[in-house]
Amino acid sequence: MTDLNDAALLRYSRHILLPEIDIEGQQRLAASRVLVIGAGGLGSPVALYLASAGVGHITLADDDVVELSNLQRQVVHDMASLGLNKAESARARMLALNPDIAVRALGERLSADRLLAEARQHDLLLDCSDNFATRHAVNRASVAAGVPLVSGAAVRLAGQLAVFDPRVAGSPCYHCLFAEEGEVSDGPCATFGVLSPLVGVIGSLQAVEAVKLLAGRQAVLGRLTLYDALSGDFRQMKFTRDPACPVCAAA
Amino acid sequence: MKLNMVYFARLKDSFGTGQESLETDATSVAELLVELRLRGGNWATELGHGKTFRVACNQELAGPDSALRDGDEVAIFPPVTGG
Repeated sequence: MTDLNDAALLRYSRHILLPEIDIEGQQRLAASRVLVIGAGGLGSPVALYLASAGVGHITLADDDVVELSNLQRQVVHDMASLGLNKAESARARMLALNPDIAVRALGERLSADRLLAEARQHDLLLDCSDNFATRHAVNRASVAAGVPLVSGAAVRLAGQLAVFDPRVAGSPCYHCLFAEEGEVSDGPCATFGVLSPLVGVIGSLQAVEAVKLLAGRQAVLGRLTLYDALSGDFRQMKFTRDPACPVCAAA
Repeated sequence: MKLNMVYFARLKDSFGTGQESLETDATSVAELLVELRLRGGNWATELGHGKTFRVACNQELAGPDSALRDGDEVAIFPPVTGG
């Protein structure tokens, strides 16, 4: 377990004061390896909070470039990031916030093979992507590698959040919740618009679940949180493993 | 019997309402969906076969055969995929 020096004890003192985290939880965070898929609207708060919380090893994957229309909500980037790869831009900001962590930037869209290989090198996956196909690819990697997944999604005024942990026998995966077949017609923010702080709400909830898991607490599984920014309502739906799920039932 | 219907995300926009009280004779989720599709327009399109959405009865995911009872809250939601 990583020892925390005096500066680290001061930096993380407000975590250490929490009995739910304490020094042991903070040491676990420092030793943790996290893979974040997407450094856009959801990936921004996730990257900032995981860095400031002291997650020791963070890999960010995004093949996109920062544009002016991203800055309305992708708060990890700024005017100086325009034209830069999103993973690289986020990496610079995270290290400015906390130079004691290691951040890898992958400026690529990971193929299924690369995704699985990377998943196996990490303790936790965070899906901050913007499309259904990637969400299913990340889920397959999570199940195949036996690595937990914190999934967040947001567009227009609606958000969703769920945690999956294939290490827990009989627990459901993303495919049990939403089958891959069929038409989704709920494209990226580019087409439909998105309320700026909505991605902050959902991304921050992802970061909360990630920090709890990494600090050693078991997440609540089989629960989908739905957030409606217009009404301000949070709702939670319970779901179970699909016995015929092609992804996790055979795993 | 009466059901408390709730619609989320894209369906809320598409149906033009987030909730309604529905008087129905449908006894299962499948029967309820048939009835809603018969409204035509966006109801038929959004709830048509090949569209991805889930139904939850009293905050628990329900399959087509799930039984419905008077006063149930029935939620219909699509996957949100953006980010």
